[in-house]
Amino acid sequence: MSTASVGELVSQPYKYGFVTDIETEKIAKGLSEDVVRLISAKKEEPAFLLDFRLRAYRQWLQMDEPDWAGLGYPAIDYQNIIYYAAPKQQDKKASLDEVDPKLLETFDKLGIPLSEQKRLSNVAVDAVFDSVSIATTYKEKLAEHGVIFCSISEAVKEHPELIEKYLGTVVPCNDNYFAALNSAVFSDGSFVFIPRGVECPMELSTYFRINSGDTGQFERTLIVAEERASVSYLEGCTAPMFDTNQLHAAVVELVALDDASIKYSTVQNWYAGDENGVGGIYNFVTKRGQCRGDRSRISWTQVETGSAITWKYPSCVLQGADSVGEFYSVALTNNRQQADTGTKMIHVGPRTRSTIVSKGISAGHSSNSYRGLVQIGPKAVGARNFSQCDSMLIGDQAAANTYPYIRSQQSDADIEHEASTCRISEDQLFYLQSRGIGFEQAVSMMVSGFCRDVFHQLPMEFAAEADKLLALKLEGSVG
Amino acid sequence: MIRPDAPVLLEIRDLHASVADQPILHGVNLTLRAGEIHAVMGRNGSGKSTLSKVLAGHPAYTVTGGSVRYRGEDLLALDPEQRARIGLFLGFQYPVEIPGVSNLEFLRVATNARRQEGGEEELDTFAFEDLVNEKLQVVQMDPAFLERSVNEGFSGGEKKRNEILQMALLEPVVAILDETDSGLDIDALRIVSGGVNHLAGPDNATLLITHYQRLLDAITPDYVHVMAHGRILRTGGKELALELEQRGYDWVDAEPAVLEAV
Ligand SMILES: Nc1ncnc2c1ncn2[C@@H]1O[C@H](COP(=O)(O)OP(=O)(O)O)[C@@H](O)[C@H]1O
Ligand SMILES: [Mg+2]
Repeated sequence: MSTASVGELVSQPYKYGFVTDIETEKIAKGLSEDVVRLISAKKEEPAFLLDFRLRAYRQWLQMDEPDWAGLGYPAIDYQNIIYYAAPKQQDKKASLDEVDPKLLETFDKLGIPLSEQKRLSNVAVDAVFDSVSIATTYKEKLAEHGVIFCSISEAVKEHPELIEKYLGTVVPCNDNYFAALNSAVFSDGSFVFIPRGVECPMELSTYFRINSGDTGQFERTLIVAEERASVSYLEGCTAPMFDTNQLHAAVVELVALDDASIKYSTVQNWYAGDENGVGGIYNFVTKRGQCRGDRSRISWTQVETGSAITWKYPSCVLQGADSVGEFYSVALTNNRQQADTGTKMIHVGPRTRSTIVSKGISAGHSSNSYRGLVQIGPKAVGARNFSQCDSMLIGDQAAANTYPYIRSQQSDADIEHEASTCRISEDQLFYLQSRGIGFEQAVSMMVSGFCRDVFHQLPMEFAAEADKLLALKLEGSVG
Repeated sequence: MIRPDAPVLLEIRDLHASVADQPILHGVNLTLRAGEIHAVMGRNGSGKSTLSKVLAGHPAYTVTGGSVRYRGEDLLALDPEQRARIGLFLGFQYPVEIPGVSNLEFLRVATNARRQEGGEEELDTFAFEDLVNEKLQVVQMDPAFLERSVNEGFSGGEKKRNEILQMALLEPVVAILDETDSGLDIDALRIVSGGVNHLAGPDNATLLITHYQRLLDAITPDYVHVMAHGRILRTGGKELALELEQRGYDWVDAEPAVLEAV
C-alpha cells in the first residue's frame, strides 16, 4: 500500500471493546430520591452519608447542565440511565480465589492481572468493575505501613470517621452539576489514606472497567496524605464498545497536609466511539486537590486518549504557604472525539507555585481545547505560575483551541504563559520515511517527541505504556 | 569509474511526473551502473529536485508515465521507506526540522531499518553509539548534534553534514544528493565532498545534483547531464560541466537536444 495524503482517517480497532458475560444486579432505570435512598441502603451506609447524598440530589435538581465548554452532544436523558449495577457476587471476598473467575479473566485480558502469582510487582491495584470494587491487591503489605487502600464502600464501613471528616471537603456536593450528580449516586471508587510521615511503599492504582451498556459510572475517589506523607497513584480506564453513549461522572478529591505530596496519574482510554462518532463514553469528571498544608504538593498527570467527550479540569487549590501544584497533560483526540480539558490553579497562600504543561494532539475531525484558569488571590504574595500549552494538528480537519484565563489580585505575581501550535507536515513524515522508517512509526516518533515532557512525569511502569497507547490510537490516523 | 559491463543499478525510462496537477517531468531517461558518478546540472526550476523526490517516493508527486527499475525491480511500486531500506538514499536540498525527535534515536532507527532488510541484526544503543562515532569522523561533526532534535536549529551547513552522516550510516547502493553543496562554505564543501568520495565505491552509484563546478572539482563525475524543462537535454563527460560554467545554460536550449539516454 502506498502512502496517501495526510488527513485520511482509518481508526484502529479498540482492543478493549469486549463485553464480559456476567450476571449483574441492576436497579431500574431512572433517578429519584428513592433511588438515592436505595443505593445508600444497598450499601448499608451510615446516616451522614445518606444525608450527604440527599443534599447533593436536592441541589442537583436545582442546577443546570453546564454548556460553556461548547461541546456538542444530544441531551442526556437522566431518567434513561441505570444508577447502580454490580456483578451478582455481592460482597467482596476475603481471598481472590473466591472472586468470579470471569472477572479475574476480564482484568487479565486488560493487562491487569490480579491473581497472586501474576500481579504487577510493586503496584497495588484496586479493580472496579461497573460500579463495584472487586479486588484490591497487596492490602496487607500496605497495612503494615499504616496505609489504607481499599474501595470507598469498604472505607465507609471500616473508617467512617475518615470519610466523614474528608468527603466533600474539596469538591462540595453542590460544586457543579456533574459533581452534584456524582455525590448523590456514587457507587464505588477508591480510598487512600497515608498516615503522618509515611512514604507509601508502592505505587497505588485503580483500574476502572465499565461493562454494562446502559449503566452510568459514578466513582468517587478520595486520597488523604497526612503531614509529611507521600503517595503516587495511577488510574486506568477502559470500556466495551457500544453504539450508545455511557455517562461517566466521577469525582476525585485529594487532600495534602503539611509537607505531604500526592502524585495522581491517569491513563484514560474509555471507548471513544467509532470513526463516525457513534457510541463512546461521555466523560464529565471533577478532579480537585487541596494543598491544605504548608509546603504540600499535588501533581496531576493525565494521558487522555479515549471518550467521545472529555470535560475535565484537574485542579489544585494552593492554600498552604509555599505549596506547589502541577498539571501535566496529554490529550489526544481522533475521529469525532471532543475534548475540553485543562486545569485550575487557585493560589490562595503566600509563595504558592504552579506549573501547567498541556499537550493537545488533534487528528481526524476531532476538536481539542485547553481551558485553564490561573487565579492569584489577595493573600498569595509572591505567587508564581508557568504555563505551556502546545497543540499538534494531524491532518487538516481537526481543531485545536487554547483558552487561558488569568485572574490576579496580586500586582507582583509572576505569571508566564507560552503557547504553540504545530502541524505534522507531509515533508517531515516523508523525511523520516525516506530513511526507512515506516509511516506509522514516523508519526508515533513525532508524537512521542511532542509529549515527552509529560510522559517523563508518569510512573516509570506506565510511561512506555502511554507511549504505545498513543501510537495505537493514531494507527492509521494519518495515511 | 565507467565499466560497461558493470551491473545496472538504476534505470529511468521516459519518466513523466506531475505535482499539483502540473506536469514537471517530461520524459527523463537515465541509467546508472555500479561504480559511476553522475552529475545533473540545470537551471533553477528545471525539475532536478522533482526527479529526486519522485525517485524517493514523495507522496505529493505523481508519476504519469515511464518506469524506474532499481536493480531490476520496479522501484515505483515500493513505499518510500522500502526504497530506503533496499539502499536508495536521497540527500535533501532542504532537510526539514523535526522537533522533539532525537537525532541519535532517529539515526539508530533508520540504520536498523536498513540493516534488518539486509538480514543483519539490529544494533543496540551501545553498538550503535560506536558506529555513529566512527561515522561522525567522516563528516567531522560534533557528537553534540546527536543529542539535539533532528535538524532543529542546525545551520544550513550542519544540516547538509547531517545528511552525509545519514548516508554514511545507511551505506546506500544508489545515493542521490540534491544540491548538497549549495550554501556551503569552502571548509564545509571540502568535508562534504570528502565524505561523498569516501563513500563512493565500485558497487554503488552516485547522482549529484548541483549548480556549481566547484563541487565537481572535488568529486569527478563520470557523466554530466544537463536538465531543462523536465528533460535531460544533453549528456557528456566532465568537460561538459566546464563548458556550462563558461557559457551558461542558454546554448543548451539553443542547440539540438541530445535525448538518448546514457
Ligand atoms: N510541491 C510543488 N508544488 C508546486 N510546484 C512545484 C512543487 N515542487 C516543484 N514545483 C515546480 O516544479 C518545477 C521544478 O522544480 P524543481 O524540481 O524544484 O526544480 P529544480 O530543483 O531544478 O530547481 C518548478 O516550476 C517548481 O515551481
Ligand atoms: Mg532543486
